[in-house]
Amino acid sequence: MRRRAALVAVTAMTMVLSGCLGQPQNADTARNADAKEVTLTITGNAVAGGKNSAKAAWMTDWVIPRFVEEQKRKGVTATVRFDGNGAGDEDYKTKIALDLKTGGGADIMAIDGIWIGEFAGGKQIKSLDEIVGRSKVDAWEGWKQIPQAVQSVGVFENQRYGVPDGTDGRVLFYNKKLFAQAGLPADWQPRSWDELLSAGEALKRLPGVTPIQLNAGTAMGEATTMQGLLPLLAGTGKPLLTNGKWQGATSNLKDVLGLYQRVYGGGGLGDPLLQQEAKGRDKSFAQFAEHKIGILMESDYLWRAVLEPTKGAVKMADRDSSVGWAMIPAQRPGSGVRGQDFVSMSGGALNLINSNTKYPAQAWEFLQFMNSADAVKARLGGAAQITQRTDVNNEVLAGDPMLSFVAQKVLPLTEYRPGVANYTRVSSALQQATADVVSGKTAQDALNAYQEALKKIVGENEIVSG
Amino acid sequence: MGFVAPALLLIAVFLIFPALWTIYIGLTNYELTGPNAVAPQLVGIDNFVNALNDALFQNSLWLTALFVLGSAVIGQNILGFVLAWTLRKAKPGLRRTVESLVLLAWILPSTVVAYLWFAVLDRDGGTLNSLLGSEGTAWLVEYPMLSLIVFNTWRGTAFSMLLYSSALAAVPPSQLETARVVGASGWQTVRDIVFPHIRGHVLTNTLLISLWTANDFSPFLLTAGGPNHASETLPVFIYRQALEGGQLGYASAISLLLLLANLVVAAVYLWLLRRKS
Amino acid sequence: MSPLMMVRRIGFYVVIAVLMAFFAVPMLWLASAPFDSKPGLGLRWPDWTLDNVKTTFEHPYALASLWNSLVICVVATAITATFAALAAYALSRVRIPGRDLMLYVLLLLSSVVTGTAAMVPIFVMMFQLGLINSQFGTALVIAGGMLPAAIFILKDFVDSVPRSYEESARVFGASPFQVLTHVVLPVARPGIATILVWAFVNAWGNFLLPFLLIREVGKQPGAVLLRTLQDEGGSANLTVIPVFSLLYSIPVVVLYVLVNKRYGFRFHGGIKS
Repeated sequence: MRRRAALVAVTAMTMVLSGCLGQPQNADTARNADAKEVTLTITGNAVAGGKNSAKAAWMTDWVIPRFVEEQKRKGVTATVRFDGNGAGDEDYKTKIALDLKTGGGADIMAIDGIWIGEFAGGKQIKSLDEIVGRSKVDAWEGWKQIPQAVQSVGVFENQRYGVPDGTDGRVLFYNKKLFAQAGLPADWQPRSWDELLSAGEALKRLPGVTPIQLNAGTAMGEATTMQGLLPLLAGTGKPLLTNGKWQGATSNLKDVLGLYQRVYGGGGLGDPLLQQEAKGRDKSFAQFAEHKIGILMESDYLWRAVLEPTKGAVKMADRDSSVGWAMIPAQRPGSGVRGQDFVSMSGGALNLINSNTKYPAQAWEFLQFMNSADAVKARLGGAAQITQRTDVNNEVLAGDPMLSFVAQKVLPLTEYRPGVANYTRVSSALQQATADVVSGKTAQDALNAYQEALKKIVGENEIVSG
Repeated sequence: MGFVAPALLLIAVFLIFPALWTIYIGLTNYELTGPNAVAPQLVGIDNFVNALNDALFQNSLWLTALFVLGSAVIGQNILGFVLAWTLRKAKPGLRRTVESLVLLAWILPSTVVAYLWFAVLDRDGGTLNSLLGSEGTAWLVEYPMLSLIVFNTWRGTAFSMLLYSSALAAVPPSQLETARVVGASGWQTVRDIVFPHIRGHVLTNTLLISLWTANDFSPFLLTAGGPNHASETLPVFIYRQALEGGQLGYASAISLLLLLANLVVAAVYLWLLRRKS
Repeated sequence: MSPLMMVRRIGFYVVIAVLMAFFAVPMLWLASAPFDSKPGLGLRWPDWTLDNVKTTFEHPYALASLWNSLVICVVATAITATFAALAAYALSRVRIPGRDLMLYVLLLLSSVVTGTAAMVPIFVMMFQLGLINSQFGTALVIAGGMLPAAIFILKDFVDSVPRSYEESARVFGASPFQVLTHVVLPVARPGIATILVWAFVNAWGNFLLPFLLIREVGKQPGAVLLRTLQDEGGSANLTVIPVFSLLYSIPVVVLYVLVNKRYGFRFHGGIKS
């Protein structure tokens, strides 16, 4: 009995492994284009009553009913379902990867722009041109409203994989009340790392206040890379990946880790313990809202979703009067990428079409529909956020000084992460390097350990050092 | 034999098959995304060699051993026995209350339990800090393994307590009475009279709780392996490799190494059991 | 009462009190945070309110997810307990060479499958079986992982049932099934009760399997929902989490109380080898 079961198991395993897996893929872009009954499933890391609740509600209450209505007028019966998730990004990504592996999954999927490289590298996703057909994709008027920089969120190797879902920018948030107490100006704008640190020194005199919160360590995950290490690295003039080579133990990275060491290495400018706590980032938000952190490098998300006085996660009643923002300075004036004085990092998600879809034409229609000006405006529901569409931004950002600042001042000089397959692993190695510094290693030791880790990930030939 | 068939069928399909497959994946360079996801290649024992040379794996192996030794072999075992021994003569009401509390810690869902312990160990406003007057001590960061060991002792003692309660009931009362009459101390009684009777229980209990503890994932919920890998036991390490790193081949190989470690524990247990009889 | 006995008695109560405090203190959060107007990750005397309860009940998936948990766990537990009881009985009574070894191997393999690394095989297999998005299928996988330990524990209970009982039943012409249901099971009842609670508790907390295997949010169990109670950036939503934690804990506690009342939750003579 057991032997037979084992035999069956082994046979099945061999079958599956030898490629009898998944469904044959149909490459015809016009398949089922005239179908009278259409079923579409949409998925994203959003769920009503949980993560990205508003997006899930917008999907089920606004986009889907109106799309179904529109199709009905054309004589098509569309059944559209939104499968929400509310998990950690890595868990969600795993689920998407498993879906794509088996040849199943939702017809339209939301993914983080930074995952395109990995999925496309494994041919798990295909470009819009391949799935829908180039002429149809080009024909969408919406592209004109999406700035080139934002479009690049959905581009890999010059191919469009999906429609971006908006973007964001990183700035230095500071607490004006604490600044006043420390004798610092209300309209603060540091022009170098030194000016940032000297403001920190001034804030250090205030009791119970952590002067600077610069995300570090592995517990904060990508927030460490995006809201800490990468903007600083951009300020040294050299992005993480140039001409296919990653920065290893370079002087630029050493300077960045040196800054970490100055903040967390016992000078009292930062709180090293907070970086190591499992819920450290949540706590940094709460402490900032309670006037206990002087300067915090974060995405505009902090302003619009966390501290927002009525609906935010950590409501800050006096947000509008207490919170100031400034651009992130380069190491020295003019030392940033492209010779800039100020730098930032941006990211964003996109919606793409699963190449396994039965209805590529209709999925593309849905994608256009959910990215129309009306739909994007409806999604905001009166709140302000930097969307993918310029026409919508012009209308909604006017009332919000912080987001207008990001859209006008920060986005023109921002950087995007390298969208290649190895990025996520390099990012973890960078997080590890900051973790090493926070837990007491010197910048040089952390740098050496990072170089070793990087060699294992990308191979020696892909690294520049020195 | 017909009685075993349904269980065996289910086990064959949902246990043996995926387990063998996982072991096979451990021999490949399979990844969740990227080119190796589509066309994984057999790499033989590379993953195992890499793991044994990986400082993080060695770190995890050591932490897992520490976790099992501290919280299961010592913590749950001793606390479970102490509870069973002290409560055996207690008033039924008191006994029920204490047992219920201990059991509650065992049956509450782990996600909930994680929140409970955040509240205990939290740096600002945590219960432990207010009790000890140690304001500002971030227990999960400064003493991660100690925290996890105490946590898991709290979490899992119920099983040992129940098992030892029933084991103690099987110790002949006449022998305990004799011990009392000759004036043996509590410790002497336990060592010379009780222990020989419950040796088998102790071993079975230790085996089960060791295996469960070695494979326990709840440390992830409390510390996520941090700070800086200081509490990254093997299940957490596997999770981070598989989900955060997408290195499924490597993660599978490490699962197999964890299984081998479990096997060693089980073999020691069987050997001790044989020696008894 | 001699002074020595007094000291012993006091010592006894001190030990009991310390142990009770150790086990009770962490649970206080469940009593305070759900009813606090500003619940946090620390313990404090609450500023009483029922708003959080209201918010939780208005949550679109909170109550449904508890129902889903019940469905999945009842199926998984029923399968585990039934199959394990049958198998434990057969394995306890039939002499097969290598029986114990087989049980140990299965017990060890179950640790691989319940770990994270097996998710790809399990997912692909379930996809091929057409069991994606099926609560029943998810329950089967969970049961498969729990069976070896359940058989292992139950077999010890069944081993302790005197064979003379069965022999007399057989003399009266009872079939093997009748012997099992009328003679063995009643005696092994506390063991089965233990397995019921153990299996239910294990299935109840399982996050990764249902998360990967079930598509529709409306079908996801509470363990998955509890992890989704966050805002956009992943901050915990502390208005809903404490109340939901409380609600989510109730079924396991109720099950334990019921089982304890009816069968006595003890390992009577079980598990010794």
